[in-house]
Amino acid sequence: MAAISREEVAHLARLSRLAVTEEELATLAGQLDVILQAVAQVGEVTAADIPPTSHSVPLTNVLRDDVVASCLTPEEALSGAPDAAEQRFRVPRILDEDVAS
Amino acid sequence: MTDLTSFSAAELAGLVARGESSAVEVTQAHLDRISAVDDRVHAFLHVDTEGALAAARDVDSRRAAGEPLGPLAGVPVAVKDVLTTKGVPTTAGSKILADWRPPYDSTIVRRLRAAGTVMLGKTNMDEFAMGSSTEYSAFGPTHNPWDLSRIPGGSGGGSSAALAAYETPLSIGSDTGGSIRQPGAVTGTVGVKPTYGGTSRYGLVAFSSSLDTPGPCARTVLDAALLHEAIGGHDPLDSTSIPAPVPDVAAAARLGASGDLTGVRLGVVREFAGEGAEPGVLAAFRAAVETLTKLGAEVVEVSCPHFQYALPAYYLIAPSECSSNLARFDGVRFGLRVGDDGVRSLEEVMSATREAGFGPEVKRRVMLGTYALSSGYYDAYYGQAQKVRTLISRDFTTAFEQVDALISPTTPFVAFPVGARTADPYQMYLADLFTIPSNLYGGPGISVPCGLADGLPVGLQVMAPTMADDRMYRVAAALESAVGPFTPPAL
Repeated sequence: MAAISREEVAHLARLSRLAVTEEELATLAGQLDVILQAVAQVGEVTAADIPPTSHSVPLTNVLRDDVVASCLTPEEALSGAPDAAEQRFRVPRILDEDVAS
Repeated sequence: MTDLTSFSAAELAGLVARGESSAVEVTQAHLDRISAVDDRVHAFLHVDTEGALAAARDVDSRRAAGEPLGPLAGVPVAVKDVLTTKGVPTTAGSKILADWRPPYDSTIVRRLRAAGTVMLGKTNMDEFAMGSSTEYSAFGPTHNPWDLSRIPGGSGGGSSAALAAYETPLSIGSDTGGSIRQPGAVTGTVGVKPTYGGTSRYGLVAFSSSLDTPGPCARTVLDAALLHEAIGGHDPLDSTSIPAPVPDVAAAARLGASGDLTGVRLGVVREFAGEGAEPGVLAAFRAAVETLTKLGAEVVEVSCPHFQYALPAYYLIAPSECSSNLARFDGVRFGLRVGDDGVRSLEEVMSATREAGFGPEVKRRVMLGTYALSSGYYDAYYGQAQKVRTLISRDFTTAFEQVDALISPTTPFVAFPVGARTADPYQMYLADLFTIPSNLYGGPGISVPCGLADGLPVGLQVMAPTMADDRMYRVAAALESAVGPFTPPAL
């Protein structure tokens, strides 16, 4: 039985913000199915009482003194922007016009 | 005079320090070599000729002024294109960053400059460091100098191939599941994944943040150690950086080069010694074990029962983190933007940009990670993988109560022909079978050439406890002193 359906893969593509083609969808569905069946092996391990590890280094919040340090200028920060205006990143419209008005 | 490209980094630094060669001469020799062979190898995505010669002139003038120079001053280095370089293109092997020139240097690159090394350029890699062959680079594959019809490993195939082709004596890679060690193994060069947190991730284009580890690549163990010391150590700009001194890896490499391993206990990982690897790889590994024994090491078998689950756990954890990290490529702040026609919405532009900018392996992993993190599947996939990660770390801890370091083949197979594994992504993933456990645990690993199989290089992996990087350098240097050298055919 397939671990993942073509419809689920199409949903994942939308969640991932990938405008995949129909052809890619067919290929990806088959490949993700093979991969998911292989990685599902982790389920064989009895680990109910085992704590999860998110990170190999014990992490605590790392804070620095609240003092002004050097940072990028606005020009540097915007230097790679596909589109910039008035020292800001310009983006396509976010709201539908009838909602925005 | 012997061709300057044939020297080790330590030798080149000596030539420059003694004034027997200038940094400009050393740099020009490597730039000439790149011009002569890189159209066939394609190790470089960008060669910074002007920047390199300027850096070399700076070293020469500082030497002339009597200023003290570091142990690698004047030595060329190539940097994997996953580390930011101010004003110099940084693509991470992806079309989505094809024209990006970062406004800042990564910590690793800043330290390389401070050490007086000369950055030749940026090396080819699988897109966003996802792959084991460099075939997933958006800019075409790199070819293995041992056999140009074969892959150089990945994701850092460019950095390792550049060493094997004598285009550079030093290079930098990044290792998330084996991307330094596996290319090292299949190109007959040395590749080191330091302890996680031992080298800074600031300015490293993020793939899987709990696993990503920048590290040194070289043709000799001592050169790798010298580079490790130049780039390693605490960085306040990386919150996961370990606030402790770099282990004394250069001294360990020099100690190991004496060829005496008396008193060193090594463990062969039982689960990795018998299956899953090609016969030629296993034969070279067994010969290396015999050599290590002759050098005085005591070699015993140890069991790490959960290592068999490392590959599936990794292919849940790494894609999960990548699906989150790569959300930043949205066509807003840097890189490609597609479909911004005044009609399409922001979300449609994002989806069109990512569709056009990402290659097939990146799309697979982003979607796999999105799946593993989604509600309903989280506990069975990502949550369970994190528990397996705990068990793998415990396997390491238990093993290191019995032995000083663990050994295995670096990768199950020698360099395979270009195109041989791209049709079945999971077959490509198997290349990292032996290297992934160290990434999940966080400890260091090194690959050192140990022999040939059918005329192609085989690597031995030495894995050490967290922050005991020096141990593996000693073992690798001892083996290096007793086998080889392994030199590819002339290009």
